[in-house]
Amino acid sequence: MTRQIHLAAHFPGVNNQTVWTDPTSGSQIDFASFEHFARNAEKGVFDYIFLAEGLRLREHRGRIHDLDVLGRPNTLAILAALAAVTEHIGLVGTLSTTFNEPYELGRQLATLDHLSGGRAGWNAVTSSDAFHGANFRRGGYLAHPDRYTRASEFAEISKALWSSWDADGIVADAASGDFLRDGAIARVQRTSRLFDIDAVFDVPGSPQGRPVIVQAGDSPDGRDFATAHADVIFSLHTEFEDAQVFYRDVKGRLAAHGRDEDSLKILPGATFVLGDTDAEARERSREIARAQVRPETAITYLEQIWNRDFSGYDADGPLPDVEPDTGSESAQGFANRHAAIRGRIAQLREVAAKENLSIRDLVIRLTANHTFVGTPEHVASEIDRYVQERASDGFTLIGHLSPHGLDEFTDRVVPLLQERGSYRSSYEDGATLHDLLGLAPVTSREPAVR
Amino acid sequence: MTERVHIAVGLDGAGWHPAAWREDSARPTELTTAGYWRDQVRPADAAGVVFATLEDALSLGGRTYEEDAETRLDRARGRLDAVLLASFLAPLTERIGLVPTVTTTHPEPFHLATGLQTLDHASRGRAGARFVAGANEQERANFGRRTGDATGLEAAASAPLRVEQSPHWQAAFREAGDVIDAVRALADSWEDDAIIRDLATGRFLDRDRVHNVDIDGEFFSITGASIVPRSPQGQPLVTVLAHQTVPYRLAAQHADVVFVTPRDAAGLVPILSELDEASAQLRAEPERLRVFADLLVVIEETRAAADQTWARLQDRATLVTDARVVVGTPDDVVDEIRLLAAAGADGVRLRPARQPADLTAITEQVLPRAAAAGVLVADEGAPTLRERLGLPRRASRHTRQETRA
Repeated sequence: MTRQIHLAAHFPGVNNQTVWTDPTSGSQIDFASFEHFARNAEKGVFDYIFLAEGLRLREHRGRIHDLDVLGRPNTLAILAALAAVTEHIGLVGTLSTTFNEPYELGRQLATLDHLSGGRAGWNAVTSSDAFHGANFRRGGYLAHPDRYTRASEFAEISKALWSSWDADGIVADAASGDFLRDGAIARVQRTSRLFDIDAVFDVPGSPQGRPVIVQAGDSPDGRDFATAHADVIFSLHTEFEDAQVFYRDVKGRLAAHGRDEDSLKILPGATFVLGDTDAEARERSREIARAQVRPETAITYLEQIWNRDFSGYDADGPLPDVEPDTGSESAQGFANRHAAIRGRIAQLREVAAKENLSIRDLVIRLTANHTFVGTPEHVASEIDRYVQERASDGFTLIGHLSPHGLDEFTDRVVPLLQERGSYRSSYEDGATLHDLLGLAPVTSREPAVR
Repeated sequence: MTERVHIAVGLDGAGWHPAAWREDSARPTELTTAGYWRDQVRPADAAGVVFATLEDALSLGGRTYEEDAETRLDRARGRLDAVLLASFLAPLTERIGLVPTVTTTHPEPFHLATGLQTLDHASRGRAGARFVAGANEQERANFGRRTGDATGLEAAASAPLRVEQSPHWQAAFREAGDVIDAVRALADSWEDDAIIRDLATGRFLDRDRVHNVDIDGEFFSITGASIVPRSPQGQPLVTVLAHQTVPYRLAAQHADVVFVTPRDAAGLVPILSELDEASAQLRAEPERLRVFADLLVVIEETRAAADQTWARLQDRATLVTDARVVVGTPDDVVDEIRLLAAAGADGVRLRPARQPADLTAITEQVLPRAAAAGVLVADEGAPTLRERLGLPRRASRHTRQETRA
């Protein structure tokens, strides 16, 4: 049987993947950009749009990083606004389990699910560093090893909140005066080292029961969280054999949780460059890569690793022949990664030496290596191959331009996927995001009291 | 000359009367649906309502302080997060200001600030917020323990008669002031022209025009700049509901708009005096505080019909309210508005006892008659909510500093 491809549309990020120097590059913050992006993805019958999150402006050597696109909306608020201008497409936001509390995030995601008619999704992330914590009430309060402990408990509490209203709890009987049925809402209690919650949720059960849960961490803890709680994994494994290995590993863990293979979709992040011929696509890919990695981008990239000022270096020249500055903690609050940094630099030197790469060529190799490059026919067949041969269930596509980066994919690749019979040609009316992803509806009530 | 006022509406579930959901015209099973809210707010937008406040709380029973608020079965229950509801309504409306209620005690000021900035972007300059201080026991229990939390506010079991009598509530109001300050500071953290897209130097933004806020206060600290570039209004409209001295002083010091609840038009006069006095001492905002008087309205075509509706509602559940209640015809409501205008109000916020019935009467009857009677400030197409209220767009505080230097 033909396996169905699932596609997500990643709104262009605040990093060097997003080319702002292109004349067609638009605003990263005006609502019109988000509206265009969402409508194009809906035209391409994608499963969902995906927003990343950054809770503090990126810094480089103690100052705000000024070379890349910077500034983004509040994830939940922009998704709620997009619910009003779209009808079918899923709305997935990246939201921290560290710098949110379950009751509030639970009601926000339930609100998004209500307002969108069942299209909400949550990419749960677990950052816990002091750099981001400095913008929040508790600072960098969470010990690194507790990240996933908190995330798992957070997910359990959230699921209990979302299922705490009985489906028939609202009777709204004007004659008797009873709005709620007795016992309609279960209390949700959790007492642990990290939480002490005794909650009565104030949002009725939403169309999907709960939002689709996405997970992106690749560590063993991340994979465990995903197999226990997630419906989708946004992975980084795009090289075909590596993707197959990851796919088998994760899907193989599901049985232990009583889950079948189809209950967790794997959608690696992928970039693409199209051309009328393969040669044209390759040339375009090279041009885009050079726009993504300008000389100053390449120098900055090395400065971040070395923690030194390389402003005097030529990006078209060889790697700096100096040792990194590992003497003090970096501004981003990472623990001393002395050995790791030296190892990383040795690796970079080896790659550069072997192929005689300049600084800029090396950084292009590392950060601007496009996943699919070719004619629309080639890209469509590659995507289909990954899905049919179980290297993925589809992809999370990342364009290089905001907000038009996925337009040509919708126009040129989507029809070819549809011709292959492995991609939907339209949405079904009333389909939830669970439905779009081929996930079973949420029916079970989570244990409310523990 | 007739004094003119702005007319706003305050929206809450099925309406402000606890029996409103039992009316034939009510839609009690749709209170958390997109369609219900679209149908409430779009007519208000088209009718020229200047803004709509959206009630919210962080517990099932909300801020009634009834002992059985969490367990009683006879009240309409279930709501949506107001900032997100406002964001959803933004692309569906053209002119109306969207003013969600936000709680200052538990949520993160940083998330709150970026949410309101995003609402301002999505609404193209129509964002506001009504800031509410404090929390009850259930809200605290809903959030749960927060080890090492700087917010040492004990929840009050019930709202005190005078805030001054409770150190906890005084602290809650200090925190509310700090949260408003943080929202304004984060809104100012990007100057208007911070994004330069300078091809020559390869710089997307001028980092000298993006400023860390470096707030280190009694209740929380925030280091960085906002993640959201400056929004159309610069800052959202800051509103507060106030009934007594401490909240009046909060409003005088921090707000753009205060909602007050005089028992009648004459009762507005001493409130205005107290606000003026507080403003003279405390006000840091460059613009005069705008005062909106609240009226809770039950509107029918005739007084007899209104009385009958009121009797039916009160027979089913007794309304306990802070606001003056007007039971009457659309013209009666216009008369009340005229009196408040004459007494010095800048605006009137109408709270429909029943949604949609009384809201429909407001948009279809009260607004046109108020306009015809010359008591309504006309919408002259000012591009943002602040400007529509006569509050000029402000440059970022950082830009102002440079100008002075």
